[in-house]
Amino acid sequence: MAHDTNHGDSGPDIAFGRLDPADYADNFADAKPPLDRPQALVEASRCHFCYDAPCVEACPTGIDIPAFIAKIASENLKGSALEILNANILGGMCARVCPTEILCEQACVRTAQENKPVKIGLLQRHATDWLFDAAIQPFSRAPASGKTVAVVGAGPAGLSCAHRLATLGHDVVVYEAREKNGGLNEYGIAAYKVPDDFAQRELDFILAVGGIEIRNGQQLGRDITLTKLRDRYDAVFLGVGLAAVRSLANEGAELAGVHPAVDYIATLRQSPDLATLPVGRNVVVIGGGNTAIDIAVQSKRLGAETVSLVYRRGPDHMSATGHEQEFAQINGVTIIHWAQPASLAGAPNGAAGNAAHVRSISFERTALGADGRLAGTGEQFTLAADMVFTAIGQVFLPDPLHADSASPIELQDGAIVVDDDRRTSLPDVFAGGDCVPGIDLTVQAVEDGKRAAIAIDRRLRGTA
Amino acid sequence: MADLRCKIGGVSAPNPFWLASAPPTDKEYNVVRAFKAGWGGVVWKTLGEDPPVVNVTSRYGAIRHQGQRMAGFNNIELITDRPLEVNLREIKQVKRDWPDRALVVSLMVPCQEEPWRKILAAVEDTNADGVELNFGCPHGMSERGMGSAVGQVPEYIEMVTRWCKQHTNMPVFVKLTPNVTSILGPAHAAVAGGGDAVSLINTINSITNVNLDAMAPEPMVNGKGAHGGYCGPAVKPIAMHMVAEIARDPECRDIPISGIGGISNWRDAAEFIALGAGSVQVCTAAMHYGFRIVDDMIEGLSNWMDSKGYRTIADFRGAATRNYVDWGALDINYELVAKIDQAACIKCGLCHIACEDTSHQAIAATRDNGDRHYEVIDAECVGCNLCMHVCPVEDCITMEPVDNNKPYVVWGDDPRNPASVQDRQ
Repeated sequence: MAHDTNHGDSGPDIAFGRLDPADYADNFADAKPPLDRPQALVEASRCHFCYDAPCVEACPTGIDIPAFIAKIASENLKGSALEILNANILGGMCARVCPTEILCEQACVRTAQENKPVKIGLLQRHATDWLFDAAIQPFSRAPASGKTVAVVGAGPAGLSCAHRLATLGHDVVVYEAREKNGGLNEYGIAAYKVPDDFAQRELDFILAVGGIEIRNGQQLGRDITLTKLRDRYDAVFLGVGLAAVRSLANEGAELAGVHPAVDYIATLRQSPDLATLPVGRNVVVIGGGNTAIDIAVQSKRLGAETVSLVYRRGPDHMSATGHEQEFAQINGVTIIHWAQPASLAGAPNGAAGNAAHVRSISFERTALGADGRLAGTGEQFTLAADMVFTAIGQVFLPDPLHADSASPIELQDGAIVVDDDRRTSLPDVFAGGDCVPGIDLTVQAVEDGKRAAIAIDRRLRGTA
Repeated sequence: MADLRCKIGGVSAPNPFWLASAPPTDKEYNVVRAFKAGWGGVVWKTLGEDPPVVNVTSRYGAIRHQGQRMAGFNNIELITDRPLEVNLREIKQVKRDWPDRALVVSLMVPCQEEPWRKILAAVEDTNADGVELNFGCPHGMSERGMGSAVGQVPEYIEMVTRWCKQHTNMPVFVKLTPNVTSILGPAHAAVAGGGDAVSLINTINSITNVNLDAMAPEPMVNGKGAHGGYCGPAVKPIAMHMVAEIARDPECRDIPISGIGGISNWRDAAEFIALGAGSVQVCTAAMHYGFRIVDDMIEGLSNWMDSKGYRTIADFRGAATRNYVDWGALDINYELVAKIDQAACIKCGLCHIACEDTSHQAIAATRDNGDRHYEVIDAECVGCNLCMHVCPVEDCITMEPVDNNKPYVVWGDDPRNPASVQDRQ
């Protein structure tokens, strides 16, 4: 039974508890269940054990995929998990969230052979899950170097960097603005991709190596400054992510019920009881990336009656993979291409007389002009909307870096400029993750953190 | 539609697919199910003297290979553990109900004339089509001086076979053990004793697995394991070699052969027949999937024979035997080189690494605009086939004959052979 949060006749239909209690558990359980042992053995046997394997090249962290799969086949699961985690300490998370269909599994020679790649992601999960379930801590720390490194941000990049530095013998202090650690793993990924509090389990595993202290509620530019960190520590790694979201500039964009998707996903991820989380009857999502897909599917799974995902270009232009788009459609999300927001219309929000609340959103159809530029065609249509989620991009906020800095860090196109070692324009400051250029994937953030840590280690030992 | 009827050692059957003496043929219930499914014959599980033997649990071990279950199979079961009289009564009934099917009875009694005379008379009374002397069982019974303990001594084979021929008019099949250095000794003994046919192979001495927790071989019987008899798809190459050795041996005088060993489908059967077998016996595949597999065996063999223009089994029986020669009869001048179909190549690199690490460095790995490219270096290729075998894509790597204009020369005649005739001249 649905519980209305407002009682106005003409008000928006936003309610919690739209589903039977048991349905919440089902809808937010593992969207891609793990392989059991026999399944894993059969799938592992499909790997050709390629030499100079294309899948390895396609993995941003360079995991030796044929090697870890061969170790699954021989039932050397500890060795398999280590093969993964040595290259990618967040291999468990990446096994769940990597768009493998555009990375390793696209490169898998079985894709060329029979359009049916080895299920590398699921095999990676099989091996890493085994290690986590066995509660084995395979990592240890090198003798103490006496150096301490500051890491800003306890997201994938920061954690990857911190773990590698810790194993190399350095002490690490992580500054994290939020209450919980894990960054987007904890706040940003769709719930059904990481059930059973996996982000925190993985975090515990990473921290268990020792030598990593996390200070929460410490925001760069507010509680700490880059200059102070540089004074106090031997090196600094910035994994600050993208702190701001792009918002609509259309008429009505300020109406109640219009939310940045990332905020609502964070709320959902932190909600102890999804049955208490309100969702609109008619939901409209604007955007074409994985965040748009995630909020659309989760809205549907919370019980929204209609969910429309509207994107201004075509399916091939969406940054969400074809696989993700299909997943949304299977979940009952209607994807509308070639339309951009024109205006949002609202109505008074019930008896309380609050700010007007969105009730519908109008779009203008788009097309590519002769000059190749996207332009509105003038044709419009309107969708009923009790909630509108915007997922039209997140942006890097440079201001906190410069709070008290005499020597500003070099930026370009809204990102921190880094070299191959992920070193910024400041010799002792490194950066990685979404705040540097490159693909905005967890696995890339892990690689950034790892490379930076290796470079920091060389610097601190005076070998570079 | 091809005629699949077979006649071997005086025993006729509507098709060459028989069930081997084993658990699937231990009693009327199973055999009737097999005949209903279409099997051309059975060899009834080995009868012995009363009181019946007692079996242990468990009895089977299995080898898995890359997800394939029971790629190899082993057992420590003994001969039938049911009373002789029960088996004889059921055999008589089944033969009466299924007169067109081959029903051969496997026998194993101590190596003395009287027990053999006695049991042969009892079997004759059932109107069974023939008997098969179990000289192969390598476990348990061999410790009691029977089974492979007899099959490993040609003199015993000849002696018991002769007794059996003296005491019965039923055709006598002699089942041979592969646990010998040459199969020809036992085969010659079977011929000398007057056997009407040989059946081979029986199972191979084996330990399939060691349980690394219990530190004991499997199958385990209360913490211990005994060696068993190995069979299933894994033993087929060993069985085919022994069948072919007998089929081409002049001293074996074309004794009919019932081929056994890892036969799982019609193609396996066709290979055994091409090497000289007159019928085939199946066990592991039936134990894995049930009797219904015979349907495809019959249909598949028939369709294949039609496609090749073979009307009867005899039309191709032994057709490959004449091409089974000693190494010394091979053409030393024949040359092949590997060829990679670049359009079919999926860039797995397996051909390269196999050749590079373990063979002749004849496949170059390069990058063409960043794309992996594998190319045979003809001058280095010795035509060994390794790359073709490791390539996971069917027909991507083929072996192409080199037109070198050289005659067929065997090593014995090759000038490079220090002992060759030409060299001595």
